[in-house]
Amino acid sequence: MMWNEKMETMSREEMRALQSERLVKTVKRVYENVPAYRAKMDAIGLKPEDIKGIDDLSKLPFTTKADLRDNYPFGLFAVPQDEIVRVHASSGTTGKPTVVGYTEGDIKVWRECVARCMTMAGITKKDIVQVAYGYGLFTGGLGAHYGAEHIGATTVPMSTGNTQKLVTLMKDFGATAIACTPSYLLHIAEVLKEQGDLDKIKLRAAVCGAEPWTEEMRRQIETTLGISAHDIYGLSEVMGPGVACDCSYHKGLHVCEDHFIPEIISPTTLQPLKEGETGELVFTTITKEGLPLIRYRTRDLTSISYEKCECGRTTCRISRFKGRSDDMLIIRGVNVFPSQVEEALLRIDGVSPHYLIVVDRVNNLDTMEIMVEVDEKFFSDEIKGLEALSVKIGRAVQQMIGLNAKIKLVEPRTIERSMGKSVRVIDKRKLV
Amino acid sequence: MQAKQVSVFIENREGRLDEVLAVLKEAGVNILSLSLADTSEYGLLRLIVSDPDKADKALKAGGFSSMLTGVLVVRLANEVGSLQDLLCAVAKEKINLEYMYGLTIEKEGKASLVIKASDLDKAASVLKKTGAELLTDEDIAAL
Repeated sequence: MMWNEKMETMSREEMRALQSERLVKTVKRVYENVPAYRAKMDAIGLKPEDIKGIDDLSKLPFTTKADLRDNYPFGLFAVPQDEIVRVHASSGTTGKPTVVGYTEGDIKVWRECVARCMTMAGITKKDIVQVAYGYGLFTGGLGAHYGAEHIGATTVPMSTGNTQKLVTLMKDFGATAIACTPSYLLHIAEVLKEQGDLDKIKLRAAVCGAEPWTEEMRRQIETTLGISAHDIYGLSEVMGPGVACDCSYHKGLHVCEDHFIPEIISPTTLQPLKEGETGELVFTTITKEGLPLIRYRTRDLTSISYEKCECGRTTCRISRFKGRSDDMLIIRGVNVFPSQVEEALLRIDGVSPHYLIVVDRVNNLDTMEIMVEVDEKFFSDEIKGLEALSVKIGRAVQQMIGLNAKIKLVEPRTIERSMGKSVRVIDKRKLV
Repeated sequence: MQAKQVSVFIENREGRLDEVLAVLKEAGVNILSLSLADTSEYGLLRLIVSDPDKADKALKAGGFSSMLTGVLVVRLANEVGSLQDLLCAVAKEKINLEYMYGLTIEKEGKASLVIKASDLDKAASVLKKTGAELLTDEDIAAL
């Protein structure tokens, strides 16, 4: 079952021709409309007419999260603000979020891509889909929502935070599909099991994303719930969920290549790698109007296969993610940079203490503990003073990253110092 | 009339208190009283010692989070009702007590208490009016 058979099964030659045509237009448009891109191209003496097709892609300069921050909030938009109908935001590496803007056309492309992904998961207009990603600045909720509605499915905007209600409505409505993070779905399965409700649900498909997961987790989800679970990938900078998804053969995630050109580069040499080699995933958007991105470095590590899939699709597939080339953490679907935590701590009294972030997964839910050394500047002689300090730190972190972290006050010099870069994160989750 | 108390932040793990005491022993500081307030993860050790400045310095050098806090050390008669009388005077002035712990019971029928109040100066004057004796660092060192 395919949502857009023409685009999903066209020959490699046709796809490359389409990508070339769209790339040339995109490069011309960003050069003319986005000063930051023009400056970058001018700096290396590159003119829009030097880009004649997809073979010239590697001539273009990269775009990074730092570029989005430097041009905060709307500096990289390629259309006047009155053509932007929506903005979303995700975590920046520091206090400033990464802001993305969509035109009406972008929203249509987005829902088309999500519709393709949901169709890969076997979801049709007959389904009742619970969207249990967060709604709001995060792209997950609204992105999945528009895609599910576009298919014509009965869409239930659950958002996150109330598992009991979700489970109740799943039973009462007879929901047949769900979109949420894989760890949250495991948690939901656990709740259903505890309540003896596993046989009272009609769920049959899930599109899970916003965080990395393993084949083992998929098996666990599929066997516990008796459903088919699919990996949906996306990032807000490029669009949001729906950039890629795996079909029923689960042999990599099909990229919506007519909208996004993927490349794999070496994170060290920045040179393009060959098919099958693992490196950093880079995307160039070729239909986006609001925030076109040229060679955006996702920092996600994976490889690409251009082989035709058993499902009949010819779109290239990216393999399961093997990690990140930066220190970003994904906790409960939220992107977290250790530098954000540092900035939150810095705001408390102007001096950053030694800290350590410990991430774990308990009952399928991510936990985040921040150990903070209590040295003289933080010290209080009273328990209530120390408790107030914990609360204050917790609140500062919550405001910065949008997640509740457990704050653990520890003695000075408890956190190991290393000669070079200090270890700021211990991730105990076993994912790869 | 405040006396210096040494406060130390310690994590709740085995042997940690012992390590604090070892530092004080090494520094030749005598402990006259202590109180340990605890939460599930950490504790606050409060000490009245023979030489608070020396103790604080030694603990900091030993890698502990330590600080000096002003407290009142009150000597009162070791008899029924004396503490209640004292606290009654403090309560009348609406002074909030943060914490309190015992110090020593002396041979001549006196007992001493360590008191931390919201307003130490006011508490000191109230206590003095009741006739209670407040000890200084020198008095404590001589105990």
